[in-house]
Amino acid sequence: MYDYTDFDDAFLRARVAQFRAQVERRISGALTEEEFRPLRLMNGLYLQLHAYMLRVAIPYGSLDGAKMRQLADIAERWDKGYGHFTTRQNIQFNWPELRDVPDMLAALADVSMHAIQTSGNTIRNVTADHFAGAAADEIEDPRPYAELIRQWSTDHPEFQFLPRKFKIAITGSPNDRAVTRAHDIGLRMVRKDGATGFEVIVGGGLGRTPLIGPVLRDFLPVADLLPYLEAIVATYNLLGRRDNKYKARIKITVQENGIDTVRALVEQDFAARRAAFSGADQVLLAEIRARFRRPEFVTAPTDAFEAAYQADPVFRSWADTNLAAHAAPGYAIATVSLKAHGATPGDATARQMRVLADLAEAFGHDELRVSHEQNIVLPHVHKSHLPALHARLREAGLATANIGLISDIIACPGMDYCALATARSIPIAQQIATRFEELKLEHEIGPLKLKISGCINACGHHHVGHIGILGLDRAGVENYQITLGGDATETAEIGTRTGPGFPADEIVPAVERLILAYLSSREGPEESFLMAYRRLGMAPFKEALYGEGRQRDAA
Amino acid sequence: MSRPFTPKVLTANDLLRGDVVWLTEAGDWTRDMARAELIEDEAHAQIRLIEAEAQNDRVVGAYLAEARAGARGPEPVHFREAFRSRGPSNYFHGKQAESDHV
Repeated sequence: MYDYTDFDDAFLRARVAQFRAQVERRISGALTEEEFRPLRLMNGLYLQLHAYMLRVAIPYGSLDGAKMRQLADIAERWDKGYGHFTTRQNIQFNWPELRDVPDMLAALADVSMHAIQTSGNTIRNVTADHFAGAAADEIEDPRPYAELIRQWSTDHPEFQFLPRKFKIAITGSPNDRAVTRAHDIGLRMVRKDGATGFEVIVGGGLGRTPLIGPVLRDFLPVADLLPYLEAIVATYNLLGRRDNKYKARIKITVQENGIDTVRALVEQDFAARRAAFSGADQVLLAEIRARFRRPEFVTAPTDAFEAAYQADPVFRSWADTNLAAHAAPGYAIATVSLKAHGATPGDATARQMRVLADLAEAFGHDELRVSHEQNIVLPHVHKSHLPALHARLREAGLATANIGLISDIIACPGMDYCALATARSIPIAQQIATRFEELKLEHEIGPLKLKISGCINACGHHHVGHIGILGLDRAGVENYQITLGGDATETAEIGTRTGPGFPADEIVPAVERLILAYLSSREGPEESFLMAYRRLGMAPFKEALYGEGRQRDAA
Repeated sequence: MSRPFTPKVLTANDLLRGDVVWLTEAGDWTRDMARAELIEDEAHAQIRLIEAEAQNDRVVGAYLAEARAGARGPEPVHFREAFRSRGPSNYFHGKQAESDHV
């Protein structure tokens, strides 16, 4: 875990004081909304459908017990006792009042947290593999690089008014859990001739124009990271379109100019910037590395785990779905599902946050991660502690054994909260999870990524869901389109639309028909939904959705 | 050419709380849509919008929303406005949880 320096702390305090004065001037009438809006957005404050919303950065999804406990306190003191973890590893508070926001930011600064650049046309919170620093398949922990990028991009004077927002994701593993191919810049750590570096992907993204990013550089030495990133963003800053908001993201810049042109411009800029970098970035990187203390892993017997696994079917089911392989012997990565059947995906109550903080301190070397899949990860748990951890999670309603299954749904806030949404997402997610729980089918269905967005901006990543659902407004009625075959991993693909959408009361039966079609045509339980779709193509699923006797369901 | 004017309410978000408010006939802001002024004249609607936009220190993002006359007063036409008048569907929060409709 990175601990803030005095410099970081002073910077945050100054920003809070600045924003407090801006809020006072807005309330007094000295600032108009047009003047105030960019200032509040720079500090993560949106005005949504029913209230303000404060989006707090959780850099690369890493936090500790003290931070999580402070989020719980903030939720209780200034919000309605809960928070919403997002697909960008942030947390959103849905009900703050304007006057309270500076106090909320001050409370965040007390635990070295902030809401800076969680909005606006700037480089946003850097996201990372939620198993970073723990995964068995990892080449190197990507978080020191993510922290370096955070410090470099925060208040970077050249990049405060980009054509559009800019999102960077980083992974240190060949198995991509950070959706790097659907970001403005994706960084995948690779090895070449014994050295580590990055494969640099540029111009991926979802939203209105979903694109899988092409590779800009297949190997970037780690020492060149910042000058190269700076060259990309500077090239985009000049070349990116400012005439049309919908064509302003770097993915369109790459699409319109071609990857080769963009590469040539970046390399040209990079040559000059590289020469101008004095090496201060490498000194800083070394300091950051020293601040990421690797936990002192212990060697201990795992008999307690084996015994509970044999004796307790509930624990066994949870262990089978919610644990992942850890790099250290005797350890596991435990994912805590925020997707209890029928609950709002990504929401945690203040009480649950405190339980997670306690458990991280008791069993997890005081580390927690927020995943882009809207769950919480305890990255370092010794297996001997898992039965006790599971028992405590059960008491808090946090032991749902569904990670990677159909009810582990990503859903954006949709029109229940978001001012941009065209339809609701949350009730659809709740109904699908509830339905498959009733059917007791989800473990039989196996790995399945279902992702729901309530508008074309695709915060719910529907394009890269094995099953994606997009909520739209069709002639004043909520309507839901389905895409199939999306993939968010290293084999990333954009899903294909099945055909006409379904009204709200028909979307759950439609998903059920898709699943039944899969179950009846798969070659065996080892063939996942995505594998079956890739083998069979769209036809049997289309038939299940729209075939004989189904036309009347489709709108 | 232009489509006939359909009834509207003038709505915005409160500057301090951020919640939804509607303009009444008396020119005050209410948190109960049924107490809003149902505007049936296009020229009057435009005047109301200009007046609301001038109240920059009280509300944010004023606009005219489709509405129809109901038993208690104006009712939403579009589902977005229905959600705004009620609150989210996943929790009993927002307007639906507030009894102090004044």
